[in-house]
Amino acid sequence: MLTLILFLLPLITGLFLTWNKNDSLAKSASVLVSLAQIALFIYAFSVYKADATALDFSRTWLSDFNISFHLGLDGLSVLMVGLTVVVTGLIVFATKDLNYDRISKLLGLILITEAALVGVFAAKDAFVFYFFFELALIPVYLIANFWGGENSGKITLKMFIYTVFGSLLMLVSFVVLYLFAQTSDLAELAKIPATLKPALNGLLFWGFLIAFAIKSPLFPFHGWLPDAYSQSPTPATMLLSGLLSKMGIYGIIRILIPLSPQGIEEYSGLVVYFAIVGLIYGSVIAIKQFHIKRLIAYSSFAHMGLMGAAALTMSQFGIQGAIFQMVAHGIGAVGLFYVVKIIYDKTGSRSLADLGGMSQKAPKLAVLFLIVLLGSVGLPLTNGFVGEFLMLRSIFQFQSVLGIVATSSIILGAVYLLRLYQKTMYGPTTSYTENIEDIGGKELVVLVPIALIIIVAGVFPNAILEISQSFVNTLQLVK
Amino acid sequence: MTLISLIPLIPLIGFLINGLGFKSIPKSLVPIIGTGASLLSFICVFITYQQFNGDPIIVKLFDWITIGGFNIGFTFQVDQLSLIMLLIITGVGTLIHGYSTGYMSHDAGYGKFFAYLNLFLFSMILLVLGGNYLIMFIGWEGVGLCSYLLIGFWNKNTSYADAARKAFIMNRVGDLGFLIGIFLLIATFGTLEYVDIFEKAKAFPIGDAAIVAITLALFVGAMGKSAQIPLYTWLPDAMAGPTPVSALIHAATMVTSGIYMIVRSNILYTLSPFTLEIVAWVGLATALLGAVIGLFQNDIKKVLAYSTVSQLGYMFIGLGMMAYTSGLFHVITHAFFKALLFLGAGSVIHAMSNDQDIRNMGGLWGKIKITAITFLVGTIAISGIPPFAGFFSKDEILAHTFEHNKFMWVLAVAGSFLTAFYMFRLFFVTFKGNFRGTKEQEHHLHESPSSMTIPLMVLAVLSVVGGFIGLPVVFHAPHVLNEFLSPIYDGSRTVYAQFGEVHLSHQTEWLLMGASVLVAVVAIFLAYSIYGNGKSVPAQDSEITGFQKTIYNKFYIDELYDKVFVKSTESLSTWLYNAFDKYVINGLVKGVTGFVNETSTSLRKLQTGNTSTYVLLMTLGIIIILGISVGSEVWASLKSISK
Repeated sequence: MLTLILFLLPLITGLFLTWNKNDSLAKSASVLVSLAQIALFIYAFSVYKADATALDFSRTWLSDFNISFHLGLDGLSVLMVGLTVVVTGLIVFATKDLNYDRISKLLGLILITEAALVGVFAAKDAFVFYFFFELALIPVYLIANFWGGENSGKITLKMFIYTVFGSLLMLVSFVVLYLFAQTSDLAELAKIPATLKPALNGLLFWGFLIAFAIKSPLFPFHGWLPDAYSQSPTPATMLLSGLLSKMGIYGIIRILIPLSPQGIEEYSGLVVYFAIVGLIYGSVIAIKQFHIKRLIAYSSFAHMGLMGAAALTMSQFGIQGAIFQMVAHGIGAVGLFYVVKIIYDKTGSRSLADLGGMSQKAPKLAVLFLIVLLGSVGLPLTNGFVGEFLMLRSIFQFQSVLGIVATSSIILGAVYLLRLYQKTMYGPTTSYTENIEDIGGKELVVLVPIALIIIVAGVFPNAILEISQSFVNTLQLVK
Repeated sequence: MTLISLIPLIPLIGFLINGLGFKSIPKSLVPIIGTGASLLSFICVFITYQQFNGDPIIVKLFDWITIGGFNIGFTFQVDQLSLIMLLIITGVGTLIHGYSTGYMSHDAGYGKFFAYLNLFLFSMILLVLGGNYLIMFIGWEGVGLCSYLLIGFWNKNTSYADAARKAFIMNRVGDLGFLIGIFLLIATFGTLEYVDIFEKAKAFPIGDAAIVAITLALFVGAMGKSAQIPLYTWLPDAMAGPTPVSALIHAATMVTSGIYMIVRSNILYTLSPFTLEIVAWVGLATALLGAVIGLFQNDIKKVLAYSTVSQLGYMFIGLGMMAYTSGLFHVITHAFFKALLFLGAGSVIHAMSNDQDIRNMGGLWGKIKITAITFLVGTIAISGIPPFAGFFSKDEILAHTFEHNKFMWVLAVAGSFLTAFYMFRLFFVTFKGNFRGTKEQEHHLHESPSSMTIPLMVLAVLSVVGGFIGLPVVFHAPHVLNEFLSPIYDGSRTVYAQFGEVHLSHQTEWLLMGASVLVAVVAIFLAYSIYGNGKSVPAQDSEITGFQKTIYNKFYIDELYDKVFVKSTESLSTWLYNAFDKYVINGLVKGVTGFVNETSTSLRKLQTGNTSTYVLLMTLGIIIILGISVGSEVWASLKSISK
């Protein structure tokens, strides 16, 4: 029941806010719900620790098809739901004070996205998963369309169609398994692949993989990302990079690995190579970008590549690293895009060519930006290091030369991220930056928690790793 | 245990206080907190040293990263090696903190500076105190970050910010090697804890391929941090940072991390003679290259920077000879005399109103007496004149080199000839002859405040007597350092029976000592005959020609790296973005979306451009679906009732 409340509370509030016109009511309601969600989650987590099955919620949905509305939290789900609740909370806090019109509708759509994501990450039924996997994108699309720039709607529609196309392939794979199992319960579906012909299982693999590879995205399916991330309004970008991209990696771990073991054995190695190509490819492109949002977009894409590759090495290190990094990157990406928004609102520019010297004018912003960046650089004692270390080690174990290539991304990451920092914060001030003021309370409310999470999770990563370990232990891994 | 934890914790607290409260803390309190933290930490180290009974102390704070059965603890290890390093770091660190009180007093970023210095101490302490390779890696990258922040301390100047970035990135190239080494260690030993690895390593044969790979990868890390060929070009640029930073980070402590790493892993290197040979040759090449470039530099800090590159090379030669203690001995004496020289240079720069070009100096001997005398002490010490500190440590390295390979010895001695020459050239041009600066500079010439001269004097004393902890065998006195460090080589002795044996006769040893002293004296005399008493002054930039110009421009290595690595990556980046990503990758999206668009025009009709319509549709969709689910449940329960 608790899981259902975690889903319903943002959904109902969100739907209400999309019709509400009172801005101040909308702000306090969304803040209140965000905090309530965090409190609820903490309670749910204590229940989970005592007895995870107590969080199961199942009702027959479409009885004729034997499909249940089945939600529940295991080690992986509880982390992802926790991430969703925290990150959406941060996005709500950031968005409410940004200068957007129709703020109530905007906040409402953010909360609806949260509900859909809770649905995705808690789903224990294939069709529930599929349904929310699709639903999550709709409010984000609407945000991009109505609060974005001129092209934003068109670009997001393109992305929408592209990912829906991928999802359809996933749906086909689900339907095939469903026809054998006569139920869409994920646990039941997992029993089917062993009885299937390898060729069919291989097809299922590609059906799932393409859906998740487009969503994450992994190379070479990332065509939608640079435009979508850089042209969308900041709340949409934060949702996309912080949370929606994680659905792809989550799908790989939750759906692909258990549901097509033969396909994994046959093809996952190939995908690891492609994903690492994406890691290096995205990092190299980020080096010369001047548009900050696009730079971070490529950096984000590079990170996704490493997560995808690590998960598909089918090793403890890889999957644990990918899960940890999903959490770390979710927090970090929101921080980065929020800082870009702050910089843009203060200076009117997102181009590195225009900026510089901001650390003299805005030391608080400079320090917090540095911490968020260092998390992304993967400096030890930040949360970025732990995931990166585990993942790179898994790639190295998978294939040592590929591991060295992948690890060289730590150099490229330092190159583009320090360039970003230098060209915004260091050097002489420019006409854009000479009159800016430092950040104040409403920005600190968002950035300070992000900075604290980055450091605390880097010093005590076991708090997270222990939770996901219980899930990883249930997987049948080769290594 | 708590005492050991306090060693890193105190500087961390100092960092937090000065870092978070930089606006509200009065200026007079800032250096007290910063220097006090360093001093307290030193006291903790000293007490730990006093109480140390010879057995390693392992302190496990908590499990840091646990994956299945694999665990990396947040552990500290106190033993002879970490104690020596801690004494240098916190000891020299405290002196340099004190010096900064005066040197940085006019700077607007006073509080920030002390915060960064404390953060550096914290990281450096973690590096040497860590009980496994991953804790060492935390410190390793942490000092890299502090180095970045401090080189770029005056980051308004774009070229300083560039230097900071270059240092960080080049160090990351080394870190790549370190990380690969860590991955290999996990694969080979299944753990990263020192005690476990070194115990298990005893079972490996000499020349084992896995160990060779590990040691090579770790050495790449050492090359980056300790500025060895080919990863040395960041260190001279790092002189952009404030001078106390150059003394502490880029001379005395951080850059010696690579030596620490190899001494720490000594059993692994003893198992891999192949790697040791490479270490020795890289060290030798770097020692010579640094010394040659140092010959013609005219920036007082640049001379010292190339000298540091060169001296680090000597340390690696020592390690390559399996003379780990000799390498470490040179780390210690170098920490004294090079910190002294840098701080002295800082005092000179202070007196010269921030001018660093020695061509504008001259005749400072009488004007800034304490600085001049202490600088001379440092110069004698680095040149290898007995009984100053540098003589003993360098002599040990040379003796081991002689035993190993006579040709290498000749080259190493040639390097020490160059060292004595460029250092006395620096000394004569700076302090002798007549003053060549502007009238205004001359008017401002003054000795530095006592907060700066006291550290100079302390370091000068250490540069004189510091070598006595390791007297040569021929003196029939105990080699204190050797005896103290002996336990950390237990593993090396187990796998290699002849470890630590010296076969030089006393006569040969006397001869070798005589040779190196003679070489130094000749070099000093030569420097005197050219530059003494202001006889000649290095040429202006435009007058430098021929091969000398090539050397002056550091063999154009920076330009080469820029072309080969930087420019090519940038072109690749541009090409991938403008060609591949725009057409191939985007083409894939266009193909799919075009296909979908054509087959479903209805999607386009939905695009009415009105928020409310969309929200209405979405809400309706959700309600319908939830309705079905509730409905079906109601229907099901109705059915069950009707039955």
